[in-house]
Amino acid sequence: MQMNHDAYDDNYIRSILNNVKSIAMVGASPVNVRPSYFAFKYLAQRGYDMIPVNPGHVGKELMGKPFVASLADIGRPIDMIDIFRNSSHIMPVVEEALKLSPPPKVIWMQLGARDDAAAEKAEAAGLKVVMNRCPKIEYGRLSSEISWMGVNSRTLSSKRAPIPTQGMRLSLNRTSFSGGQTAASDRAAKNKTETP
Amino acid sequence: MTDRLPGFSTLAVHAGAQPDPTTGARATPIYQTTSFVFNDADHAASLFGLQAFGNIYTRIGNPTNAVLEERVAALEGGTAALAVASGHAAQLVVLQQLLKPGDEIIAARKLYGGSINQFTHAFKAFGWNVAWADPDEIESFEGAVTPHTKAIFIESIANPAGSITDIEAIAAVARKAGVPLIVDNTLASPYLIKPIDHGADIVVHSLTKFLGGHGNSLGGIIVDAGTFDWSKDNKYPMLSEPRPEYHGIRIQETFGNFAFAIACRVLGLRDLGPALSPFNAFMILTGIETLPLRMQKHCDNAKAVAEFLSTHPAVSAVNYAGLPGDRYNALQRKYAPKGAGAVFTFSLKGGYDAGVNLVSNLKLFSHLANVGDTRSLVIHPASTTHSQLDDAAKVKSGAAPEVVRLSIGIEDKEDLIADLDQALRA
Repeated sequence: MQMNHDAYDDNYIRSILNNVKSIAMVGASPVNVRPSYFAFKYLAQRGYDMIPVNPGHVGKELMGKPFVASLADIGRPIDMIDIFRNSSHIMPVVEEALKLSPPPKVIWMQLGARDDAAAEKAEAAGLKVVMNRCPKIEYGRLSSEISWMGVNSRTLSSKRAPIPTQGMRLSLNRTSFSGGQTAASDRAAKNKTETP
Repeated sequence: MTDRLPGFSTLAVHAGAQPDPTTGARATPIYQTTSFVFNDADHAASLFGLQAFGNIYTRIGNPTNAVLEERVAALEGGTAALAVASGHAAQLVVLQQLLKPGDEIIAARKLYGGSINQFTHAFKAFGWNVAWADPDEIESFEGAVTPHTKAIFIESIANPAGSITDIEAIAAVARKAGVPLIVDNTLASPYLIKPIDHGADIVVHSLTKFLGGHGNSLGGIIVDAGTFDWSKDNKYPMLSEPRPEYHGIRIQETFGNFAFAIACRVLGLRDLGPALSPFNAFMILTGIETLPLRMQKHCDNAKAVAEFLSTHPAVSAVNYAGLPGDRYNALQRKYAPKGAGAVFTFSLKGGYDAGVNLVSNLKLFSHLANVGDTRSLVIHPASTTHSQLDDAAKVKSGAAPEVVRLSIGIEDKEDLIADLDQALRA
């Protein structure tokens, strides 16, 4: 089925966020006002195994994780590559990702970034692709955590909300307006990598 | 689950609300608290730095208010919303994100009298200028665009005469000028008109009116359509430039398609301070649950009353877009096919004095300065809401001396008609 990259079904996004465990963030910044830093920290606190990739910061750490210079330097299988680069820098990253063995399952291009040719290449190799979205915002929206900020989550639920752990962490187990419900609930809560 | 978008009435009852995690309370609790504890220093720093979603202080956000915000965002089809203390506060907070001293907005001349005052006097003191345009002449909006124009502001159904604005035509002018279109949707409510579907970039409401619906609580709200690119030129630095109050964060870059609502919250509401009481948010949420039922009854009653008045010997004219001969009837059928709203004006053959007499003779209608109540309301704009305008401006804004404004409630229409009839004959 041809993927519509202008409007993703919530179930598509939800299944990616529920199934990936490790995320390499290309273009991660150690500067704590950059969007990549926000997203890295948020996803790490939700239990994802995060790897910061940025050749300019090798030797430093982000939330205790050492920076690596390139995807090839990670040295172990990675589920998802989250690309925090401008649209014009996407293709080389995707080409590098496709050389990994095994290749990642998902290529995610950050809010504002889109390269349809790179997406086509990744999809031809069997990868899932998301463009022009932020995984932090999508996680926050689908769990309704982002509703604390008055954001329209486009989800409904008549079930008692799970008690947030660590103050804010909620479950992805909600019904989207566009349909679909996942039985997988708070993987992050079970898979604690953050210190309680 | 099925692949369908919930209908308007379902969203009006459910959007944004979920049973309380600790108690299971099904109605949205009133979180009547000023502040919220942090888990630890890092959590506190993350919240203050906008890195985490969460509650800090009710002037910035509150869980009861958040349910109201998500509900109205869902009903309007926006990406996010921010509830504030009143409709006036919503306008203040919106324009603070868009205008610097010396900038200007183009506003429709037909507006709520309070908005005309706010724009003309209070905002002028901030160096925010307003250019007035006639919503019945689209060219007057085009002609008013200058390099200083930062936004266009209109009402979907306009005070006081209930005229219908051609939102799509004015949205086209805004797009061409590269500025956002702000639509005050108070008199229509999203049940009748969803301005975002017609090209609005920002929707504001006085929640005090039909959304709350019961005349018991003030409130206002700002809905972000998520449609405007705030960073494409340097016109909106509050959204596109690094913000010193948040260590250099760029709001649009960080928050994407709900950046405007976030800017209104963390730069506007936080620093200007017009927070909505959680108690009022609760009252308004309760009102919104019945919005579709009430709004249809308001419209059906208003149409019956307008039809009655249009044949009454003491009445010279009725301005109600729902009447077949009305000049706005074609626009009403396009933009608000379910009904023309419940606020309209009519003119008395007896002029100013007849208006004053009518108001004093009515027994069921309440004489007060509000609209969108369950109760039917009446006011004589020339001597009240529009009294600060000169005579020419009164006529231009639809508030001539012989004009009476009604806001039709949800009582039995026969009783409303009987009350008007006895008062017109008295």
